Order: sequence, then C-alpha cells, then structure tokens
Amino acid sequence: MINLSCPIPLQQYPHILMAHGGGGRLMQQLIQMFLTAFGTADSIGHDAAILGLKSNKIAFTTDSYVVKPLFFPGGDIGSLAVNGTVNDLAMAGARPLYLSVGFILEEGLSIETLWQVALSIQQAAKIANVKIVTGDTKVVDRGKGDGIFINTTGIGVIEHSQIIAPQSVQPGDLILLNGDLARHGIAIMAVREELEFETTIESDSAALAEEVLELIAANIEIHCLRDLTRGGLASVLNEIAVAAKVGIEIDESLIPVREDVQGACEILGFDPLYVANEGRFVAFIPQKHGDRALEIMRSHPSSHATIIGKVVADQNWLVTLQSVIGSKRIVDLLSGEQLPRIC
Amino acid sequence: MKFVNEYRSPKIAQEYVAEIARITTRPWKIMEICGGQTHSIVKYGIDKLLPAQITLIHGPGCPVCVTSVDLIDQAIALAALPEVIFCTFGDMLRIPGSERKDLRSLKAQGGDVRIIYSPLDAVKIALQNPDRQVVFFAVGFETTVPTTAMAVYQASQLEIENFSALVAHVLVPPAMETILASSENCVQGFLAAGHVCTITGYEDYLEIALQYDIPIVITGFEPVDILQGIYMCIKQLEAGIVEVENQYSRSVSYEGNQTAQQLIREVFETTSRQWRGIGMIEESGLKLRDRYSKFDAEKRFNLKDHQTQESSDCISGLILQGIKKPTQCEAFGKKCTPENPLGAPMVSSEGACAAYYRYRQLVFS
Ligand code: SF4
Repeated sequence: MINLSCPIPLQQYPHILMAHGGGGRLMQQLIQMFLTAFGTADSIGHDAAILGLKSNKIAFTTDSYVVKPLFFPGGDIGSLAVNGTVNDLAMAGARPLYLSVGFILEEGLSIETLWQVALSIQQAAKIANVKIVTGDTKVVDRGKGDGIFINTTGIGVIEHSQIIAPQSVQPGDLILLNGDLARHGIAIMAVREELEFETTIESDSAALAEEVLELIAANIEIHCLRDLTRGGLASVLNEIAVAAKVGIEIDESLIPVREDVQGACEILGFDPLYVANEGRFVAFIPQKHGDRALEIMRSHPSSHATIIGKVVADQNWLVTLQSVIGSKRIVDLLSGEQLPRIC
Repeated sequence: MKFVNEYRSPKIAQEYVAEIARITTRPWKIMEICGGQTHSIVKYGIDKLLPAQITLIHGPGCPVCVTSVDLIDQAIALAALPEVIFCTFGDMLRIPGSERKDLRSLKAQGGDVRIIYSPLDAVKIALQNPDRQVVFFAVGFETTVPTTAMAVYQASQLEIENFSALVAHVLVPPAMETILASSENCVQGFLAAGHVCTITGYEDYLEIALQYDIPIVITGFEPVDILQGIYMCIKQLEAGIVEVENQYSRSVSYEGNQTAQQLIREVFETTSRQWRGIGMIEESGLKLRDRYSKFDAEKRFNLKDHQTQESSDCISGLILQGIKKPTQCEAFGKKCTPENPLGAPMVSSEGACAAYYRYRQLVFS
C-alpha cells in the first residue's frame, strides 16, 4: 500500500490558487507533489522524457477525462485516466509502457483532493505496470472547470505480428465479452443524481492489458479487440460491423448484466447495451481458439467472460440481437446521448 | 431489487405465441396505447412473433410525442430566462418546438436546464435556490400526475414562492374516444396501459368498450404481459365478445389508487388540451385548480402570446392515431431522422417513427 504523505504544507495553501499554474514557487511545490506521488522516473526534470523503446512497432494514444463526481464507487478520475489510456493501448495489442499526465485544475480545488487523485493515479499505474514520465499542469479560473480535468497520453510496444484491427474480423468469428455490462455508467449516474438503490453499484473500471497480453502470449489468434466505453456494447459492435463490412449476431440471454444494474436501468429508462463501461472489452476470435481464449479470460479475478455471439456475412452490416423471448431485433446506434425516460 | 423473471420467460412467451397463432382466424388490428408497451414490443421484437394477420398499431401513449408544440415553445422560452432553473424529465430535451429549437440546444447555449427524476426534486431545488425561479415541466399521463400533484401540494404547504409548474398532463380515455370516433378509425381492440390504470382503475373503460363495441384489455409491460394481453384481446375478437379484461391484476384494481386520485382531484381539474399532431381534445388534459393557480408557470411568467409553427411536413397526428404508417410519411428517413427530427414520434425512443427507423433496412430490403 501507499505510504506517502502530501509534501505541500496543507495549512498554508489548502486550495488551488491561480498562482499554482503561474510558473513560480507554488507551481514548483505542485510539481514536487506529483513527483512524490508518481515516483521519479529518470527522465523527469527535463523538458521531455527520453524513452528507450526496443521495438519498431509503437502504439500511441491520448484521451481526456472529465468525470463528475471525481470520486465514485469503484474508482475516481485518477484511476480512470490511467486505466482508460492503458486499455486503449491494450486494445491495439500493445504492452503499455509510459504515460503522460496533464492536469487542468480549477481554482479553489482542495489540495487534499488533488493529492488523493494523484495517489490513485500512482496506484493504478503500478497495477497496470506503466510509468508516468512526463506531465503538465494548468490552472483555470473558478467556474471554468469541474475541479479536475485530466489528459493522459500513452505509449506501448507491439511485440507480436498479429494484425488486431476491425479489418481482420471475419464471418465465423466468435465474440467474447469479459464481464457484466453497464456498471460504470450506472455507478456514476447513481451518485450524480443521488439515486438510492438497495446496493451500491460499483464501477467496473479496471486495466485490461494483462488479460490481453496473456491471450497473445498463449498464441490465441485475435482478430479485433475493443473496450466498451461511452456508447456501450451496442455502439462498439455497430462500429466494427461497419468497419469490417460484416453482420453481427448477439444473444441477449448470454450477455451478463447484474440484477441491480438491470433494475437501475429499468428505473432510468436505459438500455444496458448502450451504457458506458470502463473495464470491459470484446474480443473477436476465430472459432477454433474460442474455448481456450475464454478459459484465459475467465482466469482473471473479476472476469465472467462469455461468448455473446458471432460474426456473420451480411451485406447490410447489421447488428442483430436475439431477444430473451426468442425474436430478433436490430441493435442500432444511439442518436445523441441516452436520456432518462418519463414512464 | 428483485425482478419478475417469469414475465420474461421465453417458455411462457412461446406458449402464448403458439396459442395466439392457434386461435387467430382473421386479420385483426390492435392498438397498444402506452409508449412503454410500444417500447417493449420493439425491444423484444414481439410484433415479429405474431401471426401476419395481427397488426399492432402504436397509439398516442407517448406523452413526449403528444405534448403540443406551443407548450414546448413555452418551455424553451421559460428555460431561456436567466432567473429560471428549468426542471424536466430527460426525454423532453430533444423534442423540437417551432423552427426545430429544443431544450438541449438551449441548455448548450447557457440555459439552466436540469434533468430530474421526480417533480419533488424540483421542489427541493426551489428550496435550495431561494433567489431563482424553479419551473417544473409537468408532462405525462395519469401515471405521473400524482407526483406532480404532490409537488404542488407540498410547495403550497411549505409556502414556497419560487416554484411553479408548466402543466402539460394529458388523460388517456378521451384520446381513445377521439381515435374511435374518427371516421378513419381502424382499431379493433385496445391494450390499455397497466400503469395508468394502477392509478385510475378502469371504470371509465367499461363505458368506452360498450359505446364503441371494442374489447379492451388492461395490460402490463413485460413481454409475457403483452403477449397475454394480445391473446386475451384476440380471444374476445374471435368470439365476438366485448369486455374490459384486466391482464395486469397484480397491480391494477377496479377502483385504482384512491389516495392518489384524491390528491389529483385536490390539485387539478380537467381542461381541453391540444395534442400534438391530433388537435384539441375536450376534457383531455389537467390544469391547476384556482386555489393552486399561483403555482401555474403560464400565469406567473405570462407567456400566453407565443407564435408557434409546426412543421408542415410532419403527419405525426395520423401516425399517432394509427391511420398512417411512418413509412408513408414523405419526410421519413429523408428530411426527418432521429438525429434531425421534424416531429416528436421520431425523437422519443417510444415514438412510432423512431421505432420504424430502427427497422428501416429490414422494412425496405
Ligand atoms: S417521420 Fe418525422 S415528419 Fe414524418 S410523421 Fe414521423 S416525426 Fe413526423
């Protein structure tokens, strides 16, 4: 566990001031704080990180995180910012190595909160086995941000010769899902809207790289990987169907959704297929490797991996779902964001 | 939270599907009134399991779809006022008013529009923001009326000065009568909305059934509920019987929820109301009684003289009455799509046009 204490004298400046972004002494204190949290990689202190990458295939990705509230059951903006970028690298079949972290802080944010987020970043990076090698901090006027915005950029290396991309998907491929759907979106919604359910629904936020690297190490042929973030399973399957010019058939009864999450979705008028996840991915795998892949995915602690459907030839590139009562319907893209219904 | 999985049981559902196929000898047109049922029908593909002779017509039971364009315009005008916090259910955000303006774009332009789950939340927001005006957009059928009534009643008890409601509530039975009385009516049986009847009971439905010689089955929302409701309705039609039957007896009683009815009567009285696409229906809406009129947003903000303009391409009225199918609308899928809707039935997930749009590839190919 973490045994760090925040190096900024809290009594003196308990909140972020505009001066924390001003380049002077306060900013130095802030940088010191991040260095303490993230550990000193060799390259920190220069204007740029110098990385030794022993591969000629590099994966490179960036994402920004704006989540309200900053802390939620099962995670917080810090771990989310690490896991999200690590997962994007993992979905390209890369081994995540290095991250940059950029903060946009709102004037008035408590240093204590920032410290908690920094510790969470440190912890998540440790679990995901990545180093934070460079970063940036800006402060914006009070009212111009939601406390903290984080941007993370990640670099990873590809150590195999598989082409993991939608274009590799073929009719006959099985679609594997690594766990239950919709927990992250509902967890956030529940706190944000102060909805009280019988149980606390925790986010599924998790780093996925280890699981993917294990599949690759076991010589499983992987045609495509995609993590299910905003837009949920339905959006991802639609994107892949179009990109690969195939049809996708899934079976509702095989898609795990926890009972409490299902209940919350009914109350809010949401369809779990469209709700955001942060630790879930689908893998498109040729039939012959399906069982072995499932076995590996299931060996991961939180994993209830299942085969949820298959890829078929279809000139309309449709995603269809066999409903629990046995009929078929199209799973379309959502128009706009999902909004709670009246009745 | 426990779920009644038996109402989603594939086995029971298949049994009803088989029974319906067995007893159906002629073509029948049945209307489900409630948008929640339309949603289930589309979601579970229930229509695809029925014999081809049975046509399900999606009724006007989506409160989002039938809210008149002038009320939407008023809502947008109110939400634009700097002193107003405008509270609404989420699905009203994308409904186009005149000139395709909607609450969502107003929110993006800085309007303080907040999505709430219960009208009582709006009262809470009013208490927390004494220096702002909090307006609740009271939309919905008989199901949502009791909580609006409760919110107004509470605001009155607590003497809250900064809360008001823009009331757009509508009632189901008058809409059913309008559909049945139309010369173009083709509906032969009704699935009435279970949750509406949970509040109101079903005394009123007896009169309608007898007067218009039409079977009515009060039906729930789960797939098995709907299939059973259809089965009961077809059975009556095939036997030439006209009755009001209650499929949803686990929740609906003949008298309904008396306490809720009392509260509704305390706060509201009936009024004629404009239904989007259908027109004026006598005694089909609710308005605040005089003793609560200070909570009436229309009066408080004096918004009466508003120019409204409905898209002339949209034939949503005919669609909501089951007279035309969305695919018969010139604008369907061209000028009018879920991303850029002309009329409400294309916006709401329960709207018939949006439901058809999802299936367009199958319909056309
Ligand atoms: S398709 Fe669009 S324009 Fe046509 S009736 Fe439906 S909502 Fe109106």
